[in-house]
Amino acid sequence: MSAAVLEKNRYAATAKPHHIVCEGNEAAALAVAMVRPDMISVYPITPQSSLVEHLAKLVADGRMDAEIVDAEGEHSVLSVLQGASLAGGRTFTATCGPGLAFMFEPYFRTSGMRLPIVMALVTRDGITPQSVWGGHQDAMTVREVGWVQMYCETVQEVLDTTIMAFKIAEHHDVMLPVNICLDGNYLSFGAARVTLPEQAEVDAFMGQTDVNWHAALDPLRPMAVDPLTGGSGGKGPATFVRYRKGQCRGMQNALRVITEVHEEYAARFGRTFAPLVERYRLEDAEFALMTLGSMTGAAKDAVDEARAAGKRVGVVKIKTFSPFPVETLVEALSGIKAVGVVDRSVAFRWNCGPMFQETLGALYRLGRHVPAASFIGGLAGADITVEHFHRVIEQTEALLRAPAPTEPIWINESD
Amino acid sequence: MSTHRAYPMFNPAKSGVPDDLCPIATEMSPMLPGDWRSMRPIVDRDKCVKCAVCWLYCPVQCVVERPAWFDIDLRTCKGCGICATECPHRAIVMVAETTE
Repeated sequence: MSAAVLEKNRYAATAKPHHIVCEGNEAAALAVAMVRPDMISVYPITPQSSLVEHLAKLVADGRMDAEIVDAEGEHSVLSVLQGASLAGGRTFTATCGPGLAFMFEPYFRTSGMRLPIVMALVTRDGITPQSVWGGHQDAMTVREVGWVQMYCETVQEVLDTTIMAFKIAEHHDVMLPVNICLDGNYLSFGAARVTLPEQAEVDAFMGQTDVNWHAALDPLRPMAVDPLTGGSGGKGPATFVRYRKGQCRGMQNALRVITEVHEEYAARFGRTFAPLVERYRLEDAEFALMTLGSMTGAAKDAVDEARAAGKRVGVVKIKTFSPFPVETLVEALSGIKAVGVVDRSVAFRWNCGPMFQETLGALYRLGRHVPAASFIGGLAGADITVEHFHRVIEQTEALLRAPAPTEPIWINESD
Repeated sequence: MSTHRAYPMFNPAKSGVPDDLCPIATEMSPMLPGDWRSMRPIVDRDKCVKCAVCWLYCPVQCVVERPAWFDIDLRTCKGCGICATECPHRAIVMVAETTE
């Protein structure tokens, strides 16, 4: 078959479910095309760049009827989308690392304005030390900015979660921006077989767009969006608190809506993903590993081998990191006697991984002491292999007998 | 394949949409620069030749034309002093606002 025919057939069959092999960035772009956005604004940055290229190609080839705004930088990218979202448009962008840093001012404003903008965060480690490789440091740095953040494990999950993200963001009880976090390098460029859903099914799944009508621009209803609030006089403090509380309520509602949307997606498309916390071989487990993102595959393989060798170990994978699913996690860990938390980033202030820190907070709700160790690995593109996870399993099992280490354990320190 | 959605005019009172989904303001609550200016320009009518340089330079367009001179609208003047600096005839001086 000629290259042209192959290219033509690549997406032609979206009239029915269709299999292709593609990288995570392309899967995200294809998912975006399927939800029919009105406006996309993007600025390329490694390892997100090919996602931009795929989006541009989809528009240029006439497969996506969206306006692409080629802004001069990430700050403008998100500001453009704020305007489009206020005008009732469905919007998408993607960035990572330094691009996210440059975007920070409108990034914070987006959640405060309750705009359902969806962004693929192709996670990249924090610079400096200079690197262009994957890591969760960028996403973790903005975990307190009021965006919903879901981490994907596979390329298929990237595609499906991207579709679901729009529905979650636009749900009236949520009305918040959503990040789909896909691991830089491992998911962005990792090629895998994925199933493209049928376009008509995606249309039916998405239904009517819900915009934030409270703030929607309307010539017949002049208003100032995001006027001055707060301070210590008049209605200022009460106004600020009311909006801030609304954001917190939206985040808590997201836990329920994410679960509902995942269930609806599974019923329609036949693919099931744990919406908040995945339990893997946890039924009779004595101790557990906690993982986030693409590292989970290696963790599951290691656990399978350890199980075959008689160790009672399971995996708890966090998918939704923001809002943090405290209740669901506590439930998953209810029978666990020791836990090893593997992070792909650091919490500088606590000398541990960020997910470890969050887990300690959740374990307090459990009302019983669970020995826990913080493992930090996969920084700046390093691989966390099955062999690494065997070490993690050994060291976590040791917590059943010996005191937990007070320092984090650095997985790739000797690689 | 355009699916751009219709944009129905929205009645917030009848919608049932929570009104805390984004800070908005539908009533004006103006705070004019005249309320917080620290310096004010004074025009010397004898020196003013109506060349309009102040009118051209004023960033907030508060310079108003009089029969024989240009004057300042003190409700909107923020006291930046650009007019005084640019006036080729030194017809404008800046003086401190006094607290009352």
